[in-house]
Amino acid sequence: MSNCVLRVENATMQFGGVVAVDNLSLEVNHKEIVSLIGPNGAGKTTAFNIITGVYAPTNGAVYFKDQMITCNFPKGSMKKLYAGQNLGKYTTTMKKTPDQITKLGMARTFQNIRLFKELTAFENILIAKHMRSKANFLSASFCLNYKEEKKAREETMQLLEILGLLDVKDERADSLPYGQQRHLEIARALATNPELLLLDEPAAGMNPQETAELTAFIYDLRTKFNLTIFMIEHHMDLVMDISDRIYVLDFGKLIASGTPEEIQNNQRVIDAYLGVPEDGEE
Amino acid sequence: MTLSTFFQHALTGISLGGAYALIAIGYTMVYGILRLINFAHGDIFIFSMASLPWQIAIPLVCILTVALGVLVEKSAYKPLRSAPRMSIMISAIGVSYLLQNLATYLFTALPRAYPEIPFLKKIFQIGPVSASLVTFITPILTLLLVIALLFLINHTKFGMAIRAVSKDFETAQLMGIRLNNTISLTFVIGSFLAAIGSILYFTDRMSVTPFSGTLPGLKCFVAAVLGGIGSIPGAVVGGFVIGICETYLVAMGYSTFSDAFTFILLIIILLFRPTGLFGEKNIDKV
Amino acid sequence: MKTSKKIIYTIILSVLVLAFLFFLDVNKNQYGMAYTVLQKGIIMAVVAVSMNLVTGFTGLFSLGQAGFMAIGAYVTAIFLIPSESIGDVYYISGVSPVILNFKTWMDSLPSWIQAISPYIALLIGGLAGAFCAALIGIPVLRLKSDYLAIATLGFSEIVRAVISSPQMDTITNGSYGLKKIQGFTSLFQTFAVATVCISFMILLIRSTYGRAFKAIREDEIAAEAMGINLFKHKELSFVIGSFFSAVSGGMLAMFMRSIDSKTFSISLTYDILLIVVIGGIGSATGSILSALLVTVSKEWWLRFFDNPLYIGNFQVPLFRTGFRMVIFSIVLLIVVLFYQRGIMGRNEFSWDRIAENLLKIKKLLRRNPKEGGSKNV
Repeated sequence: MSNCVLRVENATMQFGGVVAVDNLSLEVNHKEIVSLIGPNGAGKTTAFNIITGVYAPTNGAVYFKDQMITCNFPKGSMKKLYAGQNLGKYTTTMKKTPDQITKLGMARTFQNIRLFKELTAFENILIAKHMRSKANFLSASFCLNYKEEKKAREETMQLLEILGLLDVKDERADSLPYGQQRHLEIARALATNPELLLLDEPAAGMNPQETAELTAFIYDLRTKFNLTIFMIEHHMDLVMDISDRIYVLDFGKLIASGTPEEIQNNQRVIDAYLGVPEDGEE
Repeated sequence: MTLSTFFQHALTGISLGGAYALIAIGYTMVYGILRLINFAHGDIFIFSMASLPWQIAIPLVCILTVALGVLVEKSAYKPLRSAPRMSIMISAIGVSYLLQNLATYLFTALPRAYPEIPFLKKIFQIGPVSASLVTFITPILTLLLVIALLFLINHTKFGMAIRAVSKDFETAQLMGIRLNNTISLTFVIGSFLAAIGSILYFTDRMSVTPFSGTLPGLKCFVAAVLGGIGSIPGAVVGGFVIGICETYLVAMGYSTFSDAFTFILLIIILLFRPTGLFGEKNIDKV
Repeated sequence: MKTSKKIIYTIILSVLVLAFLFFLDVNKNQYGMAYTVLQKGIIMAVVAVSMNLVTGFTGLFSLGQAGFMAIGAYVTAIFLIPSESIGDVYYISGVSPVILNFKTWMDSLPSWIQAISPYIALLIGGLAGAFCAALIGIPVLRLKSDYLAIATLGFSEIVRAVISSPQMDTITNGSYGLKKIQGFTSLFQTFAVATVCISFMILLIRSTYGRAFKAIREDEIAAEAMGINLFKHKELSFVIGSFFSAVSGGMLAMFMRSIDSKTFSISLTYDILLIVVIGGIGSATGSILSALLVTVSKEWWLRFFDNPLYIGNFQVPLFRTGFRMVIFSIVLLIVVLFYQRGIMGRNEFSWDRIAENLLKIKKLLRRNPKEGGSKNV
């Protein structure tokens, strides 16, 4: 097995005539922290949605641990509309649903926090354990899976402790302060026992101090949970601090990739960022 | 089926379809603007049962129905504008429940004769096809009203406000559109058309009960979904399709299945073309 | 509160309820009204909890309850019409040979099976409902909120149309309905079946599956990202909910002894919705409380609204047939508009909560006379 955990091949996503992601290819290797950056509207979240199975790409394929999880090519009316490259390279259609992909070991967080708002922090994490439960609805109802249930609860408590949420475990998720909601979302993703964690703007809305804390925290996560991390982020200090490699998207196209130093000195990246007003931090 | 009975049924079907179309417009407009199935829509016109001479009854029915429609909006939907979808729907069902029970209380549940409108009942004969005047009037009136409505929506300031609000509540408000007035106006138009539709619908029927409005109401909703909810021409087409299909089903002897057919049609449309014939496509943003 | 204390309280409560039921069962002639109304109430509680499972816990706004109840009721009824009365029931259009053969076969079964036949009938009725739900669920559960509501409402009307259609005359007796259905002989049987049904649903809600349902209610996209298969879980909740709706339909048929397709009209679904809303959408115990409360008041305590009321010689206006239902619908609207959480909100009954509330009341009582006017809050 190769070292490559996630491989996106020539992925193009077109909504009608709009090309949101254009021929994107990238790789994330085992235990790497890789960032995807780019100005607003560059197609970063769309790329995430392709990887996690929310959208099927118009053309292209995604592999997770060398296993194909998504592959598609233009069909029907899209055949005429399609403006991307590599037409004819892909001829199979397959798409795993987000839940299947999560089961394979990929977890994500969302740009606009999507917690189970009216449930407690504890329940939020416990729900992520459901997927690994072997009980059917009858054995679960009659508490025949009590061992599994007990283990799930213990693991949930451990996660809450690691993420510093133990004292708010019985609070409703939507009553938590913003920073803790972000933490809870990461905890919930970790509860699915992922190998690859996708973070969509984990530092959005945080002040510099909180961002610094988050940087250390993400760094810790990798060692503690033996994780590979792929994230979208706008905070450049965070990105440059912890990324092993960086991919830069602009108008759906990959314009650069490499180590933080290489990216910082890349003229195309500088142009892309200075070409648009700096408003990435709202 | 001979050619003349075929035409006879076609005419009845088109007429029924016209009445459905007028009621369906109310659903589609309210849904377009509030994203709410106005379950009470089919019940508001039941209050047209008061027996009065028709010269007074027709305007009275229109005024009362419009007033009731607006009252329902102000009292049951407005307070819930920011509430979850389900609460608003339950409120709509609650209003429908209340109106039915209120009508039962006021008029008793026994069927009563619908007020006779003599000139609409006059029988006309064109070739082999004979029908009452109302059957001929309904489709024509429907088309005229729809054209007037489309003009109002597309070429007047009010119409522009309605279109803006249906696209985006908050932005429309920021542009200086009075949200509540616009929504009330939508209910006025919808209820007025429903009043006309109900008069045309019930004139051809023997009797009404407080529950007579529910099923035609639901069918008109299906018509609106068939045409693509939010689209006025869609609602009209949907209304005619359902009216005509239903008439032929009854003519072929499947009258008990004519109601079921409407809902089977609904499930089929929702499966294969959830946005209906003319509806807009929405993409959920993640 | 300590666990042991809670257990003691629970036992005391159960004993009290049992004693009360026993008292009613013994004196059923004297308290006929309470006897019938409570039975109907507990049957409504089963269907209300099942609706709550689907609507309140899984977030699927389904309005098909009446249809599933009809399926359960008709299947159970056909099972339980004694073979000697079959001719009387189907006297108009005759009876289908299938039913006749089935009845002869049933009569040939050993007596112990016949003794438990009501339970088997309920189970089969429930399975029939669940089967229909599984079929209809495949297309319908892909729909979003209000479309789902209208599609399930439509399904329930289709069921009704099929039942009352002339083509089904020899099976469902068309629009004449079925009569002479054998019911339970004692109140305890109804309550036992209802308790089993409700307990199962509550256990399911408390299990890991129940949490998955709640996750779907809160946020479908996040639930899917957590590895929850949306369709599988929605279908599961819908099928189980419909199973118990159908069982309660069968119980209703046994309770009413005669049914026809009008019994299961849309307004029955609205009645159940009213119960669920008043009890609290997302609270099983709330639904039970509210089912008993609503049924008892509707069928018994508030009957007087429907009768002319005289104070001396003066007849109070408004009081006549239908007034009760008007009051009821107004109550529903008030609850929806002003108390959206209903009696229980999304909370469940627990001794801890009661203890908390008692403490609060105590504090209030104690504080008021001493520092009634104090400003610090």
